[in-house]
Amino acid sequence: MIELSDYLVLGAILFALGMAGIFLNRKNAIVLLMSIELILLAVNFNFIGFSTFMGDLAGQVFVFFILTVAAAESAIGLAIMVTLFRNRGTINVGDLDSMKG
Amino acid sequence: MTNEAFETPNLLLALPEIWLLAMACVVLVVDLFSNDRDHGPAFWLTQVTLLGGIIITVSTQWGVDATTFSGTYVADSLGALLKIGILVLAFLGFAYSRDYMRDRGILKGEYYMLGLFAVLGMMVTVSAGNLLSLYLGVELMSLSLYALVAIDRDSSRASEAAMKYFVLGALASGMLLYGMSMLYGVTGTLDLGEITAAAAELDDRRFLFLFGLVFMMVGVAFKFGAVPFHMWVPDVYHGAPTPVTLMIATASKVAAVGLFLRLIGEGLLPLLESWQHMVVLLAVLSLLIGNTVALVQTNIKRMLAYSTFNHVGFILMGFVAGTPEGYAASVFYALTYAFTVAATFGVVLLLARKGFEADHITDLKGLNDRSPLFAFVVLILMISLTGIPGTVGFYAKWMVLKSVVEAGFVWLAVLAVIGAVVGAFYYLRLVRYCYFDKAEGEGPQPTGSGGFQAVLAANGLLVLVAGIFPGTLVAVCLAAFL
Repeated sequence: MIELSDYLVLGAILFALGMAGIFLNRKNAIVLLMSIELILLAVNFNFIGFSTFMGDLAGQVFVFFILTVAAAESAIGLAIMVTLFRNRGTINVGDLDSMKG
Repeated sequence: MTNEAFETPNLLLALPEIWLLAMACVVLVVDLFSNDRDHGPAFWLTQVTLLGGIIITVSTQWGVDATTFSGTYVADSLGALLKIGILVLAFLGFAYSRDYMRDRGILKGEYYMLGLFAVLGMMVTVSAGNLLSLYLGVELMSLSLYALVAIDRDSSRASEAAMKYFVLGALASGMLLYGMSMLYGVTGTLDLGEITAAAAELDDRRFLFLFGLVFMMVGVAFKFGAVPFHMWVPDVYHGAPTPVTLMIATASKVAAVGLFLRLIGEGLLPLLESWQHMVVLLAVLSLLIGNTVALVQTNIKRMLAYSTFNHVGFILMGFVAGTPEGYAASVFYALTYAFTVAATFGVVLLLARKGFEADHITDLKGLNDRSPLFAFVVLILMISLTGIPGTVGFYAKWMVLKSVVEAGFVWLAVLAVIGAVVGAFYYLRLVRYCYFDKAEGEGPQPTGSGGFQAVLAANGLLVLVAGIFPGTLVAVCLAAFL
């Protein structure tokens, strides 16, 4: 039987992976987008786990909204990345340092 | 969410948001069919929308205390006050930006559209009565602002700023959501009112609750730009087009105050002693870092970014007490600060022209010789930001300090006063440049239409008037919490 804590642990692992991806990644900016998706996925797991075990539907409704917003977020993130690539010719995270002070 | 029979929501209570949404769509369609190269119809419709929004907010929400849409939307005086602030600040932002955007070829219909949607998101945030509507409001605001930062798509700097803003903003939203999921797991509800009731009688699940609280606090601190979650602020302020910086520096700060108050300040008030020390820590770090780094900045936008931390520290200090007076002080501080900073960015926009940003502090040298009026406006703004007695900035600081001392944090008040004195150095340096230095060569001349200059002068003089007669605004802020 899968317990609630199993869902929460999975969510925590995914969340930690997403965090690590954002802070450790020094190369491709696409990885940042993937990490953000992982974080949102972790949150979705939490909500669905809680929602199922409490028998309350509101959490699953919330998940639908998060999915929708995540899609919009990716679209905007990719659009910004395209402008960045057109201006710089690179989406290397290490090169994002033109402003100092 | 319950299984009760469907009840038709009272749409009238949410009229400001409905008006803004409808008018944003009208602006989109009108702009599509207009041939005006300056996007005049979109501009004027946007300004009418914002002014109309103020009137509707005052008439339908001030003094009301009701919820609609099954409790997901709260119409009350606090929301109304913050919304009026947001609408006024957005109005100023659009009024100052027209020439700047036109000169850079980025005056597009999308600018007004995205701006209106960002304002709509802020309004939903400050009126949220449910975790879901709170999250949707924050995201609508943030997504619009990411796109606005990148609106100058041929600028390498703006794209970089947008990328940084996007990644850290999305991270902050993720943190906020993770905290919300914990809150939901412990209380079994998304309704902020029910969460408050559940927080008051926590038992063995307190640990999980506090776990969620920490994540939410980090998310909110990111949106505020409070140290140590401030990394994005200087680069975004610097890289974004100045009118967008204005929007982020003013209206979104007011929305962040609303976010904090709804989610933590009011929603989790029973846990005051748990989040009090977190807020104190954020405030102390913000006060320390902001001032020291602002001292060495030579770019006005970067300087204002670092000095923002100092002011964010003050705003957070108002929350520390957890009393209505403290919250009122924070709201007063945020509104007056945002109004003052809007005018400061207005002056930067006034001196900017095609191919020239006027964002270096020495660009203000000898401003008094070129335009005594706007040199005087800079004088008012800077002494108000410093907090010299007799200005509105002083009253705001005084109210916050009073609430902090009453809460027993005298050392924090002392630290904040020292910070304000350090701040005087870099603010008054701009005044010195305006009045006592000569420009190198010609120096940038004030540009812009008569309307822009009139609104900017009025904004500056209103800061002066608010400093002489602060009583009304203070009373309004207090009334919003009582």
